[in-house]
Amino acid sequence: MIVEIGHFGLALALALSLVQAVMPAWAMRSGDPALRGVATAAALGAFFCVALAFAALTYAHVTSDFSVLNVVEHSHTTKPLIYKVSGVWGNHEGSMLLWLLILVLFGGLVALSRRSVPAVLRANVLSVQGAVAFVFGLFIVATSNPFTRVRPAPIEGNDLNPLLQDIGLAIHPPLLYLGYVGFSITFAFAVAALIEGRIDAAWARAVRPWTLAAWSFLTLGIAMGSYWAYYELGWGGWWFWDPVENASLMPWIAGTALVHSTVVMEKRDALKVWTVLLAILTFSLSLLGTFIVRSGLLTSVHSFASDPSRGIFILAILVLFIGGSLTLFAWRAPLLRQGGLFAPLSREGALVLNNLFLVAACATVLVGTLYPLLLEMATGEKISVGPPFFNATFLPLAVPLLLLVPFGQLLAWKRGDVLAAAQRLYAAFGLALVVGIVALALTWGGPVLAPIGVGIGAYLILGAATEIAARARGQGRNRSRTPLAIWRRASGLPRSAWGTALAHAGVGVAVIGIAAQGWATEGLGTLRPGQSLASGRYVATLERVGPRSGPNYEETVATLRIRDRAGSEIGTIETGKRFYPSRRMTVTEAGLLTVGTSQVYGSLGEVQPDGSIGMRLYDKPLVLLIWIGSLIMAAGGGLSLTDRRMRVGAPAAARARPLPPTAVPAE
Amino acid sequence: MWPALALLALLAGVTMAAAVQPDEVLKDPGLEHRARGISAGLRCLVCQNQSIDDSDAPLAKDLRVLVRERLQAGDSDQQVEDYVVGRYGEFVLLRPVFAWHTLALWATPIIVLLLGAFGVRRLLANRAPARFDHLSASEEAELQRLLKRE
Repeated sequence: MIVEIGHFGLALALALSLVQAVMPAWAMRSGDPALRGVATAAALGAFFCVALAFAALTYAHVTSDFSVLNVVEHSHTTKPLIYKVSGVWGNHEGSMLLWLLILVLFGGLVALSRRSVPAVLRANVLSVQGAVAFVFGLFIVATSNPFTRVRPAPIEGNDLNPLLQDIGLAIHPPLLYLGYVGFSITFAFAVAALIEGRIDAAWARAVRPWTLAAWSFLTLGIAMGSYWAYYELGWGGWWFWDPVENASLMPWIAGTALVHSTVVMEKRDALKVWTVLLAILTFSLSLLGTFIVRSGLLTSVHSFASDPSRGIFILAILVLFIGGSLTLFAWRAPLLRQGGLFAPLSREGALVLNNLFLVAACATVLVGTLYPLLLEMATGEKISVGPPFFNATFLPLAVPLLLLVPFGQLLAWKRGDVLAAAQRLYAAFGLALVVGIVALALTWGGPVLAPIGVGIGAYLILGAATEIAARARGQGRNRSRTPLAIWRRASGLPRSAWGTALAHAGVGVAVIGIAAQGWATEGLGTLRPGQSLASGRYVATLERVGPRSGPNYEETVATLRIRDRAGSEIGTIETGKRFYPSRRMTVTEAGLLTVGTSQVYGSLGEVQPDGSIGMRLYDKPLVLLIWIGSLIMAAGGGLSLTDRRMRVGAPAAARARPLPPTAVPAE
Repeated sequence: MWPALALLALLAGVTMAAAVQPDEVLKDPGLEHRARGISAGLRCLVCQNQSIDDSDAPLAKDLRVLVRERLQAGDSDQQVEDYVVGRYGEFVLLRPVFAWHTLALWATPIIVLLLGAFGVRRLLANRAPARFDHLSASEEAELQRLLKRE
């Protein structure tokens, strides 16, 4: 019964989304503002209905209701509760429902943000959102219904893919989808602006929080996915340039460009048409990402949910939204007035350069990901585009961009003084150079790129600090002289300034972590208990190998004692091979020992009949900085979100009665 | 930062203990290092997006052994690569060759940068002062009302 309520909720949400899509358009024709209000109600109703459907599916999974096909295929009675819950979105149907849930959640939030989004714009945004929700709802109901019953109900389910039975999977997709789908709002804003035929700074201010939130979530989602792949796939890499990873990276790069271009639009009333195009492209890349993953077009380690038959439907969705919005753009964009004077050497000039490099990087990833497919379709030739290509093309684009970051931050709007900015960066640049040289000297004979990367990372962090320091100290006659005055000024800086600095410093931290992987070492050997294997700074001694039972798996565990080269003990790691009888699959569990921000990473190989084991041991210096940096970046985005101008919002429409004095912002 | 760099110092004297399966490792560390480098650029044909260096598949193991055999026979890196490509086709290369059919692929970053630079130039050239944007009737009324309230 509960499953049927969920099913009904999904169908009802589909109808409500249609109402939400149609009513504002009708309101625009008839000029009746009451019709616009319908969209608000429909958006909230759609959210409620999809939430109900999602809750019903979760209930079916948690109670192991094997009369539901989705539960049979992806659950098992012995599966731990947390994976019963995360299993809801660990499959195609459920993850599409999660996609829809987040979509209508954002729709509901827009419907409620009366203060920050002007009424007409809000109604049009809801209309576009409703159209997206309707089409995706239709996709779920028509091709991927999670509520399909099965008769007779089997006694036991098939269990979830063991690779996905992991806490990382519980968190990774929801975060990723919050990012992907969050960009649908930005897309809706862009299409709404095209429909209205006008766009201004108020639009930029209204859209910015959504872009920032989506970007922050996507950052977290990608970082989480990367960490999950790092410890779960068992060969210690953190980024594989896999098509599915690229699918999430592309909207992230485009979203990063968008976050920056909306700033230009808000402050300088420039780059309007470009920002609208970028918003459309970002969501298009999100859709393309969904298409790549869901259709199984480019299969990869993520292919747990691929089914080519659904591809046609998703392809139709792609053509409808990407083609439709780009056509609308070509038709209406000339109406948007280009504004803003523009000097090349200014903050906005630097941001344009940022957009230029980001778009080139994004295009490179896109072409690299799709090229083998296109070439095969065109000529029948089969080629591969793998990590060596992406490293060779992405890096030369990333490095100038990173070098530009602190510089652009120190340029003023309108007309920047390049020399003054450079002078302020002397200290940061000098210190970073020292860091790089010291790193080079300490690791003499090692890879050359690693110290350079560490130097660039340090330069980014110090550059971010320089920017805050420069703003806190002030200029000329306004210069603060006492430390107290500087402190007071620093704490009075807008939170978006702190957020920006934090995010940029986060990039620096991540860059250091990435660069340091040049020093990572791998040791490989066959061990018997008592024997040792060395890698980098560490030596691992095999203590014992033995069997162990988990809730739904049998495991062979190797326990290793980790010492440093001097012989003092640091800790132990356990790495195992887990056999899941329900799926007849074996999964390697890596053993990790964290030392500061470095990790010792052990991975169990073949277990020989004579009791010896194959063992792979990595020393991963500073590896955690990759993800800590990503967390800092997302935190920077979050901090910017709490900036006063976001909370206060766009100038609200005049209210019927005057506000009580306490509610008036003090400015 | 500094303690971390001090730790890195310990790495200085350490060479890569490189191997894939213990029994595959070549005695000569120089040859083994080259084998690893070549392996990382060759695609495991039965896996998705894995190099033979990363893959556990039996075919990948065969290829790794093949690469090492060729190296021991005295082939240069390029000769080994050509040999594998001769047997399995270009598909096996993770770094696509630079040729006519991959020109668009390799040229993408440059083409996009040039197009972008062209766009920026147009943006800068188009520096005519912004035209006055007329308010609509309702906006005009709103303005009057706000001005009165002041």
